[in-house]
Amino acid sequence: MTKISVGLKLAAIAFAVVLAGCATKPPAQTAQTPAPTATQAPSIVPGSAEDLRVNVGDTVHFDYNKYAILDADKATLQRQSAWLAKYPAVRVTIEGNCDERGTREYNLALGARRANAVKEYLVSLGVSAARVETISYGKERPMCTESTESCWAQNRRGVTTITAGANS
Amino acid sequence: MKKFELAIVMALSLGMSPPAFAALQVDVNQGNIQPLPIAIPDFVAASPNDVAAGQNIASVVRADLGRSGLFKPLDQKSFIDKVTNINSVPNFADWRIITAQGLVTGSAAIQPDGRLRVDFRLWDVYGESQMQGLQYFTQPANWRRIAHMISDAIYQRITGEKGYFDTRIVFISESGPALNRKKRLAVMDEDGANPIFLTNGGYLVLTPRFNPTAQMIAYMSYIVGKPRVYLFDLESGRQEKLGDFPNMTFSPRFSPDGNKVVMSLEQNGNSDIYVMDLRNRSVARLTYDPGIDTSPSYSPDGKQITFESDRGGSQQVYIMNADGSNQHRISFGEGRNGTPVWSPRGDLIAFTKQTPGSFRIWVMRPDGTGERMLSTGWEDEGPTWAPNGRVLMFTRTIQGGRGSQVWSVDVTGRNERRVATPGDASDPAWSPLIQ
Repeated sequence: MTKISVGLKLAAIAFAVVLAGCATKPPAQTAQTPAPTATQAPSIVPGSAEDLRVNVGDTVHFDYNKYAILDADKATLQRQSAWLAKYPAVRVTIEGNCDERGTREYNLALGARRANAVKEYLVSLGVSAARVETISYGKERPMCTESTESCWAQNRRGVTTITAGANS
Repeated sequence: MKKFELAIVMALSLGMSPPAFAALQVDVNQGNIQPLPIAIPDFVAASPNDVAAGQNIASVVRADLGRSGLFKPLDQKSFIDKVTNINSVPNFADWRIITAQGLVTGSAAIQPDGRLRVDFRLWDVYGESQMQGLQYFTQPANWRRIAHMISDAIYQRITGEKGYFDTRIVFISESGPALNRKKRLAVMDEDGANPIFLTNGGYLVLTPRFNPTAQMIAYMSYIVGKPRVYLFDLESGRQEKLGDFPNMTFSPRFSPDGNKVVMSLEQNGNSDIYVMDLRNRSVARLTYDPGIDTSPSYSPDGKQITFESDRGGSQQVYIMNADGSNQHRISFGEGRNGTPVWSPRGDLIAFTKQTPGSFRIWVMRPDGTGERMLSTGWEDEGPTWAPNGRVLMFTRTIQGGRGSQVWSVDVTGRNERRVATPGDASDPAWSPLIQ
């Protein structure tokens, strides 16, 4: 049960980001108004996986069949790099994911491009490449299964996950 | 899994000389044919102990030939003549009345040494002649394979093409909710019988392929959290990571001689095609461009490789020589085109065409001409050829996360039908004819 509710919460957050990106014309502005989650979650341990997920933001999105980092997501990655600087023991893996509109092996390659684009952006912000691994799941790990634009947008994502060194 | 002990095959004769040419034939190259009406009564049992084998074998032969779309097995209830002795000439008039053009008679008998003996004869009802007669000895547990061999013999005698019924399919069995899919490596007979699960679903597995002897499977696995190409030895049950690469390896395919595996290796986000020689594990790189290069497939003579690349801006089908030279694009039709698979006959390349709103299975000649659509689904992808190059299977994803199925279609685009799998399934790959 707990697993399901966490999944739903994540989906709701991701969905809100996407909607905000669509509704506001200049994407840079939306990025400057992150969800005010810090006050809602006083029990989150600083430097934990939950801290990264909730207070920093672990997910960025991509345009269809593209792997360029969107302007709207650059603030998220800047927060991630600052957070990684604050917690130098943390090591992460970037998971690259795709929507269903690609053949299986092409999407494995596209997911690798996306994960690598996130890694390169973090490295450009000063994160050591040695702390960042990548993995592609292609279209194998959808967040959402409707065959609709909004669902596809949620599935085209790069997720920063902690593999070691987090507080708990 | 023990390699199948070859059945002993002997020709049967009634002392009738074969006709100069068979009147009974099916031209598989015609686009729209009437399935050939064929009567296949339950095989005659030599003793009460053999009744089940006789019924089962005839039932599998009827199902095989019916599934091909080229034959129409007739309802046993319509039969007038009752076959009690397959060594006497049938009463052809009784079979003509019920519109049968072909007749298969057979018998099953457990021998004193415990082996199962199966005889069959194929008759041309209008030509009133025997077209084929064969006799098999095998272990009783192998009765299904004998049935498939009989189906292949009938198919070949009437169409002039080799059959494909005595084959296996390696595939990914899927279960569980759409957001948490469990995927298992599995093999089954071509008709869906005898499914065997080779992995437990605790980790993601994708895109399996048989080697030419169908004893080895190359596939992609996330077993230790790092996606890599693995080999699964069906005889020993052993899984082995193929090579020691720093990044993701995927889309493995065997060379026609089974000595090499061609696959993609991703480095710094870019995927290129490499080939590994299994005999000495040496690796050669075949593509060098910054585009996605994947989904390779050897020509049947092993001299060329078709693959997909988005180096030109969108995913398209290319061909290169097996050493990586002379890379050139061949698909210039509408949409994005990927997952090329060379027909075992060499005459066609099947691929997935993606146009806005659908993915479908198409074929074209190796020079890129003659594009034709075969399948009609919403998201069909990943074709695999029957060893005779006449039939393809592919993955059909049902819209809205409602699962994946395996479907088949004839190379003419006829006879699209769902393949029997244990639950949902994807990524089918056809074995060669079992030796």
